[in-house]
Amino acid sequence: MIKHTKSKSFYDTFERKGPGQKVTHYCPGCGHGTIHKLIAQALDELDVQDRTIVCSPVGCSVFAYYYFDTGNIQCSHGRAPAVATAMRRVHDDAIIICYQGDGDLAGIGTTEIIHAANRGENLTVFFVNNAIYGMTGGQMAPTTLFGQKTMTTPTGRTMAQDGAPIGVAEIINAIKSPVYVERTSLGTPGKIQKTRKAIKQALQNQVEKKGFSLVEILAPCPINWKMEPLQARKWLQEHLEPVFPVKQFRDNSDELIQAQFSTKLPWKSDEEVLDYFGVNKEQKQVKQEKEIEEQLVKFSGFGGQGVMLGGVLMANCATEEGLNATWLPSYGPEMRGGTANASIIISQDSIGSPVVDFPNVLIAMNGPSLDAFEEKVHAGGTILVNSSIVSQKISRSDVTAVYIPVSDLASEVGMIAGANIIMLATYLLVSKIMDINTLRKVLPESIKKKQFVDINMKMIDKAEEYFKEHLS
Amino acid sequence: MSKQLLKGNEAVAYGAIMGGATHFFGYPITPASEIAHKAAEIFPATGRFFMQAESEVSVINMLYGAAAAGARSMTASSGPGMSLMMEGFSYIACAELPCVVVDVQRAGPGLGNIWPEQGDYTTVVTGGGHGNYKCVVLAPNSCQEMCDFTYRAFEIADKYRTLVFILSDAYIGQMMEPVQLPTEMKHGERKDWALYADKESRNNLVTSIFMNQKIMNDVNLNLQKKYRKIEEELVEYEEVDVEDAEYIFIAFGITARVCLTALKKIRDTGIKIGLFRPQTLYPFPKKRLNELAKKCKGFIVAELNAGQMADEVELTINCKIPVLRYNWFGGTVPSIEEVIERTVADLGGK
Ligand SMILES: Cc1ncc(C[n+]2csc(CCOP(=O)(O)OP(=O)(O)O)c2C)c(N)n1
Ligand code: SF4
Repeated sequence: MIKHTKSKSFYDTFERKGPGQKVTHYCPGCGHGTIHKLIAQALDELDVQDRTIVCSPVGCSVFAYYYFDTGNIQCSHGRAPAVATAMRRVHDDAIIICYQGDGDLAGIGTTEIIHAANRGENLTVFFVNNAIYGMTGGQMAPTTLFGQKTMTTPTGRTMAQDGAPIGVAEIINAIKSPVYVERTSLGTPGKIQKTRKAIKQALQNQVEKKGFSLVEILAPCPINWKMEPLQARKWLQEHLEPVFPVKQFRDNSDELIQAQFSTKLPWKSDEEVLDYFGVNKEQKQVKQEKEIEEQLVKFSGFGGQGVMLGGVLMANCATEEGLNATWLPSYGPEMRGGTANASIIISQDSIGSPVVDFPNVLIAMNGPSLDAFEEKVHAGGTILVNSSIVSQKISRSDVTAVYIPVSDLASEVGMIAGANIIMLATYLLVSKIMDINTLRKVLPESIKKKQFVDINMKMIDKAEEYFKEHLS
Repeated sequence: MSKQLLKGNEAVAYGAIMGGATHFFGYPITPASEIAHKAAEIFPATGRFFMQAESEVSVINMLYGAAAAGARSMTASSGPGMSLMMEGFSYIACAELPCVVVDVQRAGPGLGNIWPEQGDYTTVVTGGGHGNYKCVVLAPNSCQEMCDFTYRAFEIADKYRTLVFILSDAYIGQMMEPVQLPTEMKHGERKDWALYADKESRNNLVTSIFMNQKIMNDVNLNLQKKYRKIEEELVEYEEVDVEDAEYIFIAFGITARVCLTALKKIRDTGIKIGLFRPQTLYPFPKKRLNELAKKCKGFIVAELNAGQMADEVELTINCKIPVLRYNWFGGTVPSIEEVIERTVADLGGK
């Protein structure tokens, strides 16, 4: 068959194996040993032994690390492509091999292989198709042939029961991103030579950072096929090869130089990160100590009225003034119904629960909000009502009611969506808990779409105007 | 230095980068998604790496790979995603790989809902997957702690070669508070066992298979030794008014905050109550709880689950004093008023 000179990338003795350190743990006539040696030779030829990491699967080749004198990692069943993806994204120049069986890759691991291939990860996958689960004692694999008897198909695989043998090379070839897809066989010495070439090409592609290469290798498992080694080689040629055509499916290695495979982005130094995160900004003015009453605010309205942002800005003002604050949204299905609301608590002390069940400030941007929360407001609390939309009056006499047509005022400024800002500004003016200029300061930083900053600043002016005329 | 108003989930992403995280792998799930959103923004912007994977199964195996490659890596998820990652947690524990997983708990079982619960307590505190292992579990109860605990988690993970869980919940993740970011950046160092794809590390092997029973036994004994050390060195908790307390709330995360507000008002009724908040759920503050059990009449374990931590507390103090169980499920967080009423009714305030 094939002459093996000892490769550098292969250990001389298999210390990790324990007893019997000269021979592999594979059965006589098994395909894994041959494939290992071809890989080791290719690694030598490409001179990449030191920077190679072999990802071994769960299956008979779980112990590939007994043999490869390279970095080694043993992966959970089917997930080597995910493990390898991450390693690839850590070490740009590593040569990373996924070595997988047909149960591992084509059964449990279909998700991982497809997505690694689809991302075009610069990886090399060697997929060993022996049409059976070897390690667990000869059960059906996704690649098991029709009629093939295994421990779990005792009368032979049928279409009706298990579907058809799956063609992995064909599937990978249906994905745009891979650069190289080939199926080879260990059936004859000539085919082994072709396998050697394919293995080297698939690794060469990775060295040149060209992207994702997969070689499917048809290999014998004499033990579980219940055959002698020679008989197994014959069966492989006569039965496996017709179902899994041995051919090159794709080789774009000449055309493709995929720049994307340098995944490194410009690294920010510590100082740059601290600046970017705003940690190095100079100290904000912490306001003079003054006693404030703890504010338990419910900011409520329908979706689209900006009650969440209104609440965030309120909490931002508190933060700016050195107060403690919490903001908690109601979210999910509730948002799609009548009211969306945020709970905001502002306090000099540390804040326990961020949930406001019983507010002392209710901001009702629409009618359903007033209906929902009016009864819950603490006696002595304040209710601010958007009187543009809410026609009803507050029925309680033990709270302070402030009516303000914020939607109309916002429309006058030129953007009805600014009603939340007018409401918030009015709250600041009425409650005197925080300075209106604090809002002017935090607003530009908190609004993501910068083109809306100016008009929102005008909302604050408008609120002030209205407050002076009607509310003070 | 100034504070910034941040969501708990956002604070995690900031704390991570400042704590030296270089790789984030995520898969969307409410209520954890903002962590991935923020990471997708600030990891690449600072030259770190973000990837949305195809599933949580892939995510946890990516952490396995990244950690094995020597990088400080993390993910964030919730209920169903946590369940999918269990096999990976077990591999990571056995291979002793350092990484960080944030669980922003939602209600379960099943698809459940996206409101807060603490029903993952037992799975996470016991490690989740198969075999005898533990992972460090930190339980933040504020946006500040979301940042700080994530920041520190990577040091702990590296030091003990362990997975560190941040066990949070939908409210702590979704709420906003002023957060002071750390002022100093941390970075991981080269690890002598990791795979760097170079000559020096060529002989390294990351694995969790040990076919020889004796060796597997030794691997387990070594892990157990490490856990004893962690139990010795890492316990953290916060106490409020426990010195004169006759009764003590034991709670973590959002529930601890509800209890904190309730506590002040319950004290006004004359009941001497305190609050004990474990900040590490593994290691569990066993020693301190036993001391407290000697000084007071009873514990009230308040949690958003069926009494999972209460079981642990009873076991810890060997049922020396009564342990009342206040439990809520399904995403309900009790109001302060409810907790006060119930406590006063149970303990008989004036
Ligand atoms: C999650 C999980 N499920 C099942 C197993 C059991 N198992 C070990 S090897 C294997 C099959 C491997 O077959 P294959 O990938 O064809 O490799 P071969 O042994 O034939 O080389 C299975 C199912 C496992 N280790 N993990
Ligand atoms: S069971 Fe099959 S695949 Fe496994 S070592 Fe033996 S021959 Fe090879």
